Amino acid sequence: MNQANLRTQVTVKPANGGGGDTLIGVEDVAVFYNDFRAVKDVTFNVERNRVLALIGPSGCGKSTLLRCFNRMNDLIPGTRIEGSIVYDGQDLYGPDSDATEVRSRIGMVFQKPNPFPKSIYDNVAFGLKVNGYRGEIAEAVERSLRRAALWSEVKDRLKDSALTLSGGQQQRLCIARALAVEPDVVLMDEPCSALDPIATLAIEELIRELVAQYTIIIVTHNMQQAARVSDETAFLMVDDDRAGYLVEMGRTDQIFTNPQNERTEAYITGRFS
Amino acid sequence: MIANNAPNNPPNSGPGAAPGNTGRGGEFDPRLRFRQRMGAVIFFVLLAAVMVGIVGLGILLVQVVIQGAPWLSWHFVSDFPSRHPEQAGLRSALFGTIWIMGLTALIAVPIGVGAAVYLEEYASKNKLTSIIEINISNLAGVPSIVYGLLGLALFVQWMAMGRSLLAGAMTMTLLVLPIVILASREAIRAVPDSYRQAAYAMGSTQWQVERLVVLPAALPGILTGVILALSRAVGEAAPMIAISALVFLTFSPTDPLDRFTVMPIQIFNWVSRPQDDFRGLAAAGIIVLLLILLSMNSVAIYVRNRYQTRSEE
Repeated sequence: MNQANLRTQVTVKPANGGGGDTLIGVEDVAVFYNDFRAVKDVTFNVERNRVLALIGPSGCGKSTLLRCFNRMNDLIPGTRIEGSIVYDGQDLYGPDSDATEVRSRIGMVFQKPNPFPKSIYDNVAFGLKVNGYRGEIAEAVERSLRRAALWSEVKDRLKDSALTLSGGQQQRLCIARALAVEPDVVLMDEPCSALDPIATLAIEELIRELVAQYTIIIVTHNMQQAARVSDETAFLMVDDDRAGYLVEMGRTDQIFTNPQNERTEAYITGRFS
Repeated sequence: MIANNAPNNPPNSGPGAAPGNTGRGGEFDPRLRFRQRMGAVIFFVLLAAVMVGIVGLGILLVQVVIQGAPWLSWHFVSDFPSRHPEQAGLRSALFGTIWIMGLTALIAVPIGVGAAVYLEEYASKNKLTSIIEINISNLAGVPSIVYGLLGLALFVQWMAMGRSLLAGAMTMTLLVLPIVILASREAIRAVPDSYRQAAYAMGSTQWQVERLVVLPAALPGILTGVILALSRAVGEAAPMIAISALVFLTFSPTDPLDRFTVMPIQIFNWVSRPQDDFRGLAAAGIIVLLLILLSMNSVAIYVRNRYQTRSEE
């Protein structure tokens, strides 16, 4: 895989919005795959220790936008991003920013559980070793598994292959693996779409617990899930030129009970696809 | 095999449908018997095609075993070649083969896997890369004597290695490298991208992703390819004749710069003798060579099965 050359138009600005709690400021972001503009005109702030849900129809660029926060789009050749994303005062796409370093501070959980074909222990220890963790690895593994509410289920079988776990357990293992690196932000790309309702509930409860220590941005197709787990919701839609754009963003209860934009209302009430 | 059902009523009977009939017009000529007989005939033709290979191999094996078995003994493996058939062994050839295989693996695996990792994971998709890829695929089909002559000119003479094990192993490396690269690329390509994504998302550098995730996951496939490539090399006589010539050695090589002979050369040597006894020796040599080949192939199969079942969900 290639680290695509990103020709970034950098406009270094502090995040607007004034609130002291702003952790990530997104300003005028557009994402291109070669000539195709997948996302345009996105501006919003992400508050610290909150859950932000990105919702919208398929193809509206939710996942693309999510992957901008930890520069995963860099891995797709031909991807280019315009605008700026400022995280904790640092321009993520600025000249001093390093994608590897960004990813160790902004972790990610994927749509399909993707544990390595290694033991449960080695899965969690992976990020520690990669990032040169100097402390006691076994302790850090236990801490991460506890945070992901998985410890009691796996503590007697840490040496077993991670692939012997159920789908829901695998996804919590992936969360534990991401937490082990001690990120500030955890990105979740439809983390429950491959799980059954019970496993989904477990993950949702976990998200509510984690938000005390982490900032979470979650992409979801499930309106009820967005309403249940998020503090804030951003609604994206696809324009006629097939580019995703931000329609509305606000507190989740306000978006779901009193949306300002009629398209938002139509979407959350299920009146269009 | 396809069972032919009783004719169903087709929705469209067509204009020629005779009323009161089963609903199908006279425009069909099913020739059911003929079609079924045709199927049976084809089955036997295909079976015969398979049998040509199996029976041929079987006869060959039986003949070799009958001819060679009386000559098989411990001293056949442990003694050096001799003018007297009853004293002759293939010790020097066996050791030469082992040396060549070891050295070839040592040189070919790092280079081959490195090239595969580069082509699959690092190289950008451009014209140069695709030219390299096409060339590697073509190299896999080059006759082995060509590699022998190349090795003779390049390693033996130009690099002045002489007719040594090292020159032989490097020639064999050229021969197996395309196979190792192709097999390794295949194995690397089969590693799910989600593993790479997960590793990157935890702050791994590309080399960490390759070393800790991609290569371990691809290892069984790579090993299988390496073993199969080496087992092809074990049986190659042509390039080794070019490098080492038909020699009569009564010592085992102890150093990479020693002269050597390998089993196919020794077998070739015995076959070309006029005396019948040497033909028996050649057959015995073939049995030993086949045993080595078969055990290498079984190791490859074992490795593949063992790790495949492990990494599947």
